[in-house]
Amino acid sequence: MVTPENAVICFAGGKGGTGKTTVAANIAASLAKQSHTVTYLDCDVEEPNGHLFLHPHIERRQRVTVPVPKVDINRCTGCGKCAETCQFQAITVVNKKVLVFPELCHSCGGCRLVCPENAIAEVPQEIGTVEIGHAGNIRFVQGQLDIQQVKTPPTIQAVKQHIPENGIAILDAPPGTSCPVVETLQKVDYLVLVAEPTPFGLHDLQLVVEMARVLHLNFGVVINRAGWGDRNTYDYLQKENIPLLGEIPNDRAIATAYTRGELAADTLPQYRDLFTQIAQTILQKTSSTRELCKN
Amino acid sequence: MQELVVISGKGGTGKTSTVAAFATLAKQAVLADCDVDAADLHLILSPTIQYREDFRGGKRASINPELCLGCGKCQQFCRFDAIYATDNGTYQVNPLACEGCGVCQLVCPGEAVDFDLAANGEWYLSQTRLENPMVHAKLGIAEENSGKLVTLVRQKAKTIATEQNYPLIVTDGSPGIGCPVMASLTGADFALVVTEPTPSGLHDLQRLVQLLQRFQMPGMVYVNKFDLNLELTEKIETYARAQGLSVVGRMPYTPAVTAAQTEGLSVVEFDSGEAAASMRNIWQQVNREMQKQSQTQKVYQTC
Repeated sequence: MVTPENAVICFAGGKGGTGKTTVAANIAASLAKQSHTVTYLDCDVEEPNGHLFLHPHIERRQRVTVPVPKVDINRCTGCGKCAETCQFQAITVVNKKVLVFPELCHSCGGCRLVCPENAIAEVPQEIGTVEIGHAGNIRFVQGQLDIQQVKTPPTIQAVKQHIPENGIAILDAPPGTSCPVVETLQKVDYLVLVAEPTPFGLHDLQLVVEMARVLHLNFGVVINRAGWGDRNTYDYLQKENIPLLGEIPNDRAIATAYTRGELAADTLPQYRDLFTQIAQTILQKTSSTRELCKN
Repeated sequence: MQELVVISGKGGTGKTSTVAAFATLAKQAVLADCDVDAADLHLILSPTIQYREDFRGGKRASINPELCLGCGKCQQFCRFDAIYATDNGTYQVNPLACEGCGVCQLVCPGEAVDFDLAANGEWYLSQTRLENPMVHAKLGIAEENSGKLVTLVRQKAKTIATEQNYPLIVTDGSPGIGCPVMASLTGADFALVVTEPTPSGLHDLQRLVQLLQRFQMPGMVYVNKFDLNLELTEKIETYARAQGLSVVGRMPYTPAVTAAQTEGLSVVEFDSGEAAASMRNIWQQVNREMQKQSQTQKVYQTC
């Protein structure tokens, strides 16, 4: 029996639609049923979908802000040093007049540092919301980026500030292998990669495996929609010595439950044991990873 | 020349399979794969690369340990936690966390920070097995600037379409609603949204519709795997129409799409049944919509 500890377990899948959210939400529900303290944190802040299956009750909301420059026009001489320094074209000087484009700003503070007149202050810009609540006995946190905002990483950071000190944190990662995913994977104990056994699935899995290795993370794979496609994904796992944590069959009943916003672990009794097993395997892998790290 | 961008709020809804089928049916089209994070179109269209070039999207800092005075100012001013102290008292940059802002270079008293353009991907010009030109790219692992790379891929596709007189560009857009998808849509003519009858499908569509409205771009939509939940399919279609999007067809939930993928074929090449027929129908409706819209635009231009 694995003792519940303060593990941060992240579910990623390279591409969208591989079943990250389905697997993460089902595993969270399974662990909660086994009396673990579970927090589910949806880090896919562009398209958070976990709430559609966990049906949380949201208790409070916090706005996420980042600092952006504000220029005091009475002090500004239009020297253009700020524009010269900004690497993101977020500040520009035309006819000695300064224009700020807050949506392009990365909040590095460079413009303020170089302004010889001390004319630049930083003011908060709202970019998204973090929502906190409960889904049964699962603590639930999700981030939501405002429409037409691009500042995904700071919104993810705001979600991750709610990782609890005690219990198991389940992180649902955004798709892809670029900055939002890397932000999500910072300080994660174990990574679960969800993949489909198809050519697209294998190709995307190879990309996330490469990413996991660059980030020196321990990881294993859950195959979703097992039974269609081909065997190439299994051959790849074997060749690369990647642990197969479990397989979820390609069953129309699961797909249909999904379209109704239901969790297979809750509504399809035939899958309860399967998710419990996969959850246990993940916990075991996570604990042994932590032992390795301690040594 | 017109550009059609195929997008989906959520990944895995069948965007790439749709673009591959359109490529088979269109014949005279340039293809652009803007899913630079996890491009898959090449798995079906088997492009032969004719030209490749590094993509340098942003600058990145590095610290020369010989010149580093160990004062720690860089770490103090870096807002991205990208600088760490080494055992011998100097500082180093974690390239995965560096945003390329250059603040460390500004504050370094020892001129130890080198701040230069970094190669963070590659883009390719290819010929597909169907003989369409195709522009695609690969972003390096854990890299940013995907928006810039998407813009570059679309610019190159446009140049080729103009030079070689192609009437259409079909773009496989990026998933999500963030930076890359905005880069996929800016300046395009039409958007086709592929969605599915799931709560996330509807939720993501709602967010995309808001984005399309801000761009004032004509939108079309079709529901993939519609027969998994007819009620939700109808709800999505009603919602789409109410928001001014044209509904251009439905695709059934069928193993044919995955089977085609496994064979490296588009669904219209592989299947002769319902799936292929549905896809052909969607393609015809999309064309009709594009014609209708451009005529409307012409009328506007004359008045």
